Order: sequence, then structure tokens, then C-alpha cells
Amino acid sequence: MSSGTVAVPERVALADLLDRLLATGVVITGEVTLSIAGVDLVYVSLRALIASAATVHPPQEPPP
Amino acid sequence: MDEGARDAGARDAGARGEGLWLHAVTRAGGPDRPGGLTGVGGAAVRTVEAAGLAAVVSPVDLGRFDEDALRRNLEDLAWLEEVARSHHAVVAALGAAGTVVPARLATVYHDAAGVRSMLAERRTDLDATLSRLTGRTEWGVKMFSTPASAPAPAPATGRPGTEYLRRRRAQLSADDEWQQRAAEGAEEIHSALEARAEAARRHPPQDRRLTGRPEPMVLNAAYLVDERGSAGFTEAVAAHAGRHAELDVELTGPWPPYSFTAAGDEPAAGDEPAAGEEPRARGEP
Repeated sequence: MSSGTVAVPERVALADLLDRLLATGVVITGEVTLSIAGVDLVYVSLRALIASAATVHPPQEPPP
Repeated sequence: MDEGARDAGARDAGARGEGLWLHAVTRAGGPDRPGGLTGVGGAAVRTVEAAGLAAVVSPVDLGRFDEDALRRNLEDLAWLEEVARSHHAVVAALGAAGTVVPARLATVYHDAAGVRSMLAERRTDLDATLSRLTGRTEWGVKMFSTPASAPAPAPATGRPGTEYLRRRRAQLSADDEWQQRAAEGAEEIHSALEARAEAARRHPPQDRRLTGRPEPMVLNAAYLVDERGSAGFTEAVAAHAGRHAELDVELTGPWPPYSFTAAGDEPAAGDEPAAGEEPRARGEP
């Protein structure tokens, strides 16, 4: 049974931060980074995150 | 700093030298900005003002922060983390002192003149967004399904193979049922929290490889909450969590209102594209 307490992490998790810093609608476009405004940064950085996370949390799959 | 002097040579220097990274937009003449902030490039943060607005920027080396460099660097996790945390440190400090419209990561200008043009062009919606966000803060709620509890053992039949199959089927259907309950519970909590919030937004559930947890994330949401209602909101989260054994609820925040910078469910009159137009089309013009 759940205790009713809610876990509050002490340090901001990178994944939570990137949800917010990359996914939010582009309200303001930088002139140097015009083309990046049209790029799905979530997708780009998710590749980086997952590639890196795979080494931290190896997928728990049985060997073939 | 003398902005005029900076602007004079900035177009030439901008081709390769220094650019300005935008952290956030605030109102000009708002509460004092916390001192001693450094931006993503390690240089001191400063403001560029126009149209009654103040852009909080920091100088960056365009060799590392122009478009090509950013495309490469955004895929480098160590780089991304350092930049994201530095940007967040500035936005969070500003957000603690007053209302901010945080900029998305990697919003870079050639010079102060470029920043001022942006402020003048976007004045109406930035102003509306600042008004909409005043006195409000963001809370994050993530929900994971907990491991299903073992089903009650079936009466023994004396035939081990049959018993095994029966147990296995019971377990599988119990798992499905538990997942179903988790999904429904998450929706129920989300609806209740959304009703207490000024606005709500769902982010995609995070990949298991990012959370490091074996249980799937069933909901990843952000809520814009009136600051006076924050205590009540977090209490409500805890109360809901206590009523749902099938869910693990994790609260994050308070955050600067990152998830609510784009006008969504509260469009300011005149700012939205005409009906039928594609909002915020992605990709090439």
C-alpha cells in the first residue's frame, strides 16, 4: 500500500530538465539558431541521452 | 556596458566571434535581478532592454555556439548537461526574483541589436505571456506503475502442469489488470490536478533507460499553479498518491514556468494564427 508520501528528488534530474528546456514551444527564435528552432531538439538530444543512459542502465534483457 | 559601442562592430565580430545566448525575458524595471549570475559560456549575465522588456543574455563563443556547432554539441550528453544546468541556474534565479519567460535551449543572437529587434517584434505576445505567468509557478508530476502484487493462489488440482499454466494465466491477467488500473488511476489524478491548476501540459513519458526504473512511466505532466495555491496543490498530489497503490507518484518543482511559455489554452486575442492555419509549423519555411 502506498504511504501517501511523495518523493521529491533533491537534484533536478537531467531528463526532467530537458523535457522542459527542449520540448517547450518556440516562442522566441534566435537569429544565429534559426534552423535549430525548426529541429525537434527532443529527438536530437534523446539520442544522446539514450546512448549515454544505455551505459549507465544497461537494458535488462536476456542474452539471445 | 555601453551598448552603442558594442553594436557598432558587432556585425563584423558576430560572423565568428561572440554571440548572445538568451536565458529569459522579464519586464524592464522589474525587481532587481540577482547579482553574480554567470551564463552558459561562463561569462557574466547582463540585460538588453527594449519595448519595456528586458532580455537576460550572456555572451558565448560562436565557435562553440553557432548552428553547426550546436547541432553537433546537442548530441554530446556531457556538453548538453553542462549547458542545460547553467541555463537553468540562471532562469531559476531570475524566476525566484520575479516573472520570467524562459527561453528554449540554444536561442542565440549575433548582438544586442538583434535581441532588441526580437523584443520589439515580439512585444505583444511576450507581454501577454509575462502577464499570464505572473504569480504562477510550475510543478511536475510523474507517475509510474508499481509492480503488480501476486494473485491469490488457485486451489491445488494435484496436476503440476495444469497448476503452472493456471498460475501463469492468472499472473498475466493480473498484470494486465494492474497496468490498466495504473493507466486509469493516472488519468483520474491528472484530471483532478488539472482542475486545481491554471493550465496543464503533458510531456511524453520518459524512456525507461532515462528513468533507470524498471516500472514504466505512465504519465509525465506539468501544472501551472497559482503561487498561493502551491501548498494546496502539493498536498493534493500527496493525497491522491496515497489512494493509488498501483502508482508511484513523484513530484518535482517548483520550476520556472518552462512548460507554459507558449500560449496554449489561453490564447491572447490577436496573437494566434487565423483558424485553419498551421500553428508553429516545424521544418523548412
